[in-house]
Amino acid sequence: MYGKGIAKGLFVTFKHFFTTYVDDIRYAGRKYLHQENFEVRQGLRPNGGAYTVMYPEEKIAVPERFRFTPFLVVEDADHPERPGEDWCTSCGICAKVCPPQCIWIVRGTNPETGRPVPQPDAFYIDTDICMNCGFCAEFCPFDAIKMDHDYEMASYDRTTVHIHDKKRLSKPVSYWKNIAPTSALEEAVSRGQWEHNDIAKAMKKAGQPTTAPTIENMWLKPEPSAKAEAPEPAAPQATAKKAAPSTDKPAETTATSGDKKPKFDKQAMLAKIREKKANKE
Amino acid sequence: MTDNAVVEQTDTNAAIAVLKEKFPDAIQDDTREGYQGIIVDKNKLVEVATAIRDELGFDYLSSATGVDYLGIGDHLEMVYHAYSTNGGPALVFKAQTPRDNAEIPSLIDVWPGADFQEREAWDLMGIRFSGHPNLKRILLWEGFNGHPLRKDWKEAYYEQDHKPFDSRWPGGHVYRAEERNVYGKNVAYPDDLDLSTLNDVSEESIYSGMGLGVSVQNLGNSEHLQTDRLIVNMGPHHPSTHGVFRMVVSLNGETIESLEPVMGYLHRNHEKIGERNTFLHNMPFTDRLDYISSMGNNHGYALAVEQLLSQGARWTPPTYRAEAIRVLMVELTRIVNHLWAIGFLLNDLGAFFTPALYAIAERERILDFFEATAGSRMMCNYMRFGGVFKDIPERIKSVANLVNDMVRDFNTMDYLTELINERLPRAVDELDQFLTDSEIIKTRTVGVGYLPPEMAIAYSAAGPLLRASGVPYDVRRADPYSIYPELDFDVAVRYNGDIYDRYLIRLDEIRESIRILKQILPRLERTHGENVFGPKQHTPRVPLGEAYGRVENPKGELGYYVVSAGDEKGPQNPWRYHVRAPSFINLTALGEMCKGHKVADVVAILGSIDIVLGETDR
Amino acid sequence: MSELDLRELNNTEFPIPADMQGNVAITSLSKLYNWSRRSSLWPMLFGLACCAIEMIATAAARYDFSRFGMEVMRASPRQSDLMIVSGTVTKKMVVPIVRLYNQMPEPKYVLAMGACASGGGPFKEGYNVVSGIDKYLPVDVYVPGCPPTPQALIYGMIALQKKIDGQSLANMDDVPWYGVGPAEPAPVPILGPDIIDPRQMDLIRRQAEMAAAGKTFAIRNLPEPIKVEKAAPKAAAAKAAVAATDDPAKAERLRKREEALARKRAAQGQNAPAAEPAGEAPTPAQAAPVAEAAPAEQGGKPKFDKEAMMAKIRAKKANKG
Ligand code: SF4
Ligand code: SF4
Ligand code: SF4
Repeated sequence: MYGKGIAKGLFVTFKHFFTTYVDDIRYAGRKYLHQENFEVRQGLRPNGGAYTVMYPEEKIAVPERFRFTPFLVVEDADHPERPGEDWCTSCGICAKVCPPQCIWIVRGTNPETGRPVPQPDAFYIDTDICMNCGFCAEFCPFDAIKMDHDYEMASYDRTTVHIHDKKRLSKPVSYWKNIAPTSALEEAVSRGQWEHNDIAKAMKKAGQPTTAPTIENMWLKPEPSAKAEAPEPAAPQATAKKAAPSTDKPAETTATSGDKKPKFDKQAMLAKIREKKANKE
Repeated sequence: MTDNAVVEQTDTNAAIAVLKEKFPDAIQDDTREGYQGIIVDKNKLVEVATAIRDELGFDYLSSATGVDYLGIGDHLEMVYHAYSTNGGPALVFKAQTPRDNAEIPSLIDVWPGADFQEREAWDLMGIRFSGHPNLKRILLWEGFNGHPLRKDWKEAYYEQDHKPFDSRWPGGHVYRAEERNVYGKNVAYPDDLDLSTLNDVSEESIYSGMGLGVSVQNLGNSEHLQTDRLIVNMGPHHPSTHGVFRMVVSLNGETIESLEPVMGYLHRNHEKIGERNTFLHNMPFTDRLDYISSMGNNHGYALAVEQLLSQGARWTPPTYRAEAIRVLMVELTRIVNHLWAIGFLLNDLGAFFTPALYAIAERERILDFFEATAGSRMMCNYMRFGGVFKDIPERIKSVANLVNDMVRDFNTMDYLTELINERLPRAVDELDQFLTDSEIIKTRTVGVGYLPPEMAIAYSAAGPLLRASGVPYDVRRADPYSIYPELDFDVAVRYNGDIYDRYLIRLDEIRESIRILKQILPRLERTHGENVFGPKQHTPRVPLGEAYGRVENPKGELGYYVVSAGDEKGPQNPWRYHVRAPSFINLTALGEMCKGHKVADVVAILGSIDIVLGETDR
Repeated sequence: MSELDLRELNNTEFPIPADMQGNVAITSLSKLYNWSRRSSLWPMLFGLACCAIEMIATAAARYDFSRFGMEVMRASPRQSDLMIVSGTVTKKMVVPIVRLYNQMPEPKYVLAMGACASGGGPFKEGYNVVSGIDKYLPVDVYVPGCPPTPQALIYGMIALQKKIDGQSLANMDDVPWYGVGPAEPAPVPILGPDIIDPRQMDLIRRQAEMAAAGKTFAIRNLPEPIKVEKAAPKAAAAKAAVAATDDPAKAERLRKREEALARKRAAQGQNAPAAEPAGEAPTPAQAAPVAEAAPAEQGGKPKFDKEAMMAKIRAKKANKG
């Protein structure tokens, strides 16, 4: 019969149309902006239905290995030994492996002796050329350059902001541990410790043992050596521990402004993570 | 529906012996280190090629490309790879010509599929093909200065012959290339360039080949309607050209008299850049060829370079797990691509967006897995020489970073198992139910755009286009690579050679891919924990020689012709890096397929070839 | 719309102070205008390269930019407001792109999607690639990334909507299409031996003459490298500059500026910037309660205060619990 095939096809369309509403009813009121349903909607559940992500109000968090533009890893601001210092040793490997050659590095030199020092004087990445390939992060021998997860980078004027200089590129190592805990752990394991190789070397010299990295000691800082100034004590653990059970995070931060990027707050993040762990135990 | 039988494979060495006997003066072995095949005297090229096709059974010309050996042999060389559609390895033959006044006889009469490839070689390499009826530039515009793939041609932003550039480190003061070189110092304007009368000549030549002498057709009888021949330009901005493709169609009424594809609107100089790059640098660039199936592109390139690397010392082939993961990725990619192709074929037919939306919905599920494994939805950059980038993660897990981020956390193997065993089969069945029997689709597609099997072979068509015409040629079976020999699947074949069959064959191939994937899953479980990385080097030492790595990409046979001329210590860059792009070569037959059809069918025929412009124009 | 003179909106019966004229009606009208404009941006169905695939994915069900009033993708430039330049712009393609842009009715916006359209992208060094569409067309928003994920693209579109929101009908720079006379079309480049921008015709002519005369041309000096910005304290940097410069006029200027800054600081009293010598700055103990009470008062960016933050977090938790 002519038209049977079309009817069969239209039935499929109707089924899709219908399941959308089934969904609305099943998750009455909690269909969107809700962690509980989000995973279901973005997974492989059988019945189809609408699965739209209501960006800016809800965003798909990107997986750990996601790569956007690179950033440079620096020590945390409260690191006892070398606060805010680069992990990068300006060895130049990333500049060599970068396929479109968009990394520019000025190797650091000691102003007195003129000898190269293991720290870049300047580091640029032209995001107008970068192809987000991740080679720089893959081949950096010091784990000093990593791929960022922050894709919200639209701008009105490229001439001023699209060449990222060292200041713009630098992000603390705790940021990396936060956005990619598994990868960070893997890398630390292959390095042998959580800290940068230089510190590990110094510690070995001083006779301090380095601890093997595990997920538990991820956030512990090394004991400051005697000559370093005493740092501020870390955030009080006790307070974090006795806090209320954790609600899911997005609900907590569901603010009105989806467009404004959160200021990265390491301490708060730390507290949260510790607290989460405490809850698990 | 399927045809698994690989009839007796043609033996290359025996074939060369026969040829030598027949043309004792015209043929030499290629004795350069790492090279294979024969060098044919260019004056005898057509005769030899005819013999290769007719007497030796190498009836399928896969690739024809030029190489500039400036400083090595100081000649230009055309390299041809001919295969037999019964399967088996290639017969490689070459013809050489001096760099000045480079001229080689055209093989278009032997293999019409050489048409575009020869035009490309003329455009980029400056080899003139005597006997080619329509030898004009194909990727660049008429009037462009020089032939860019010659080794002594330098682009405007030229910096150095090879990457890595010295200016990046240790004194890497940043600059933008255009600031340094505003008006292109390597562009030589001809002395007689008269700017006051300067206008585009690039358009004129496009029409000149179409034989538009007659403007009014007198049909003999004045009582008949008099019709004008009409030229219609479709593209480069046209919603159904899948990018920036252009067709110049000459119409008689609504009927197509001739059609000429015009391309190059996305010519991104892949090969020139590829020769400046190191071997590794090219890997992410291959993602951007057929940007819908980047995993497949990676695989082909990795195979080509691994062929070279395997000649050297210190080579360890990929582990079994690495191979299994590669096949997993490539087959998922095939599904992604075919879903996309079907969706957009229907778009072109006028079913605006609904089928495409359903197809994209399934695609997103696969992309989620790619994103978690390789780091990017589209530009996977996943394969490395001797392995893959990283093992499949334990969990597909995201971490909240931005405001309002919602996290997901799945076990990867569970996700894959459900995807492959439940979700995808259901999706294919649904598409099948949705579209296959629809009378509208049948009316629009059955019998339209017919491509007979002999013609498909002659035009070097590949992939679903070839197999829908009844030629069961699939590189995975004909010239097996990776772990395909031990996998159980059929080569999908359809015999009508029209749009409808090309649609059906894509459904078939999705089903076959799912069948392969189901076999891959237990292999992944079994090899859990095995190492998947190759040696972690960024500049592997690549031995001298040439290699042609080819894979069955979703769009057809994707081949990489790579020549390594650097020695162990020199710069590790490919001397020649050529991509045999299925989308590009499949278009050769477009004009023939469209002739005599209505103009509305052109978009459908084009959609059924399934081109992607990144690969067509490179 | 062309006959409507916006100034007439101010011809009310009520007297409007001279400095208010041109503001009152127009601001509210601008709001309405901007709202309607930004909520019905129709993008052109126009894909160039890989980024176009992500653009289509953005248009598809999962990301669905029709939630922003952009559902109607038009293939015809005559019906579209927004050109998403999604992919590599080649020299061959830029000619049609400029023509398409000229055919779009005003108001029109351009969004450069991806590294390629913004500034050349990975293929920039190629001989057939244009280093950014902004060499030929005015671009409103750049979305970097290769390719930008659909979410990044939507973020860029929201940025464009914001930009539209910020426009004012009273300002002719914002809405040039209500100016006098027809708009100037963007000049269409010509494909010669290489691409030729008509705006550079004179330059090229001179170069051709020089080439004929056998002179070298078009080799520009390297631009100054972009300097790294050291996050040094401002005052210290300025002082260092005073010491370092040997141009007396410049030294004088810097000195004056220093003085002015010092006066300003004195006027602000307690709220000295963080760069001040330690003696004058409030001790941490003093600062903490201030921070808790009104961190915004602290003049510029408040220093991060861990205690206060923890307290806040605790408070939040307590409220929730
Ligand atoms: S490879 Fe790593 S350590 Fe070396 S220059 Fe690059 S970022 Fe720095
Ligand atoms: S991601 Fe790739 S292109 Fe970008 S800076 Fe790193 S190596 Fe270069
Ligand atoms: S920015 Fe990257 S993804 Fe986009 S068009 Fe350019 S190469 Fe392709």
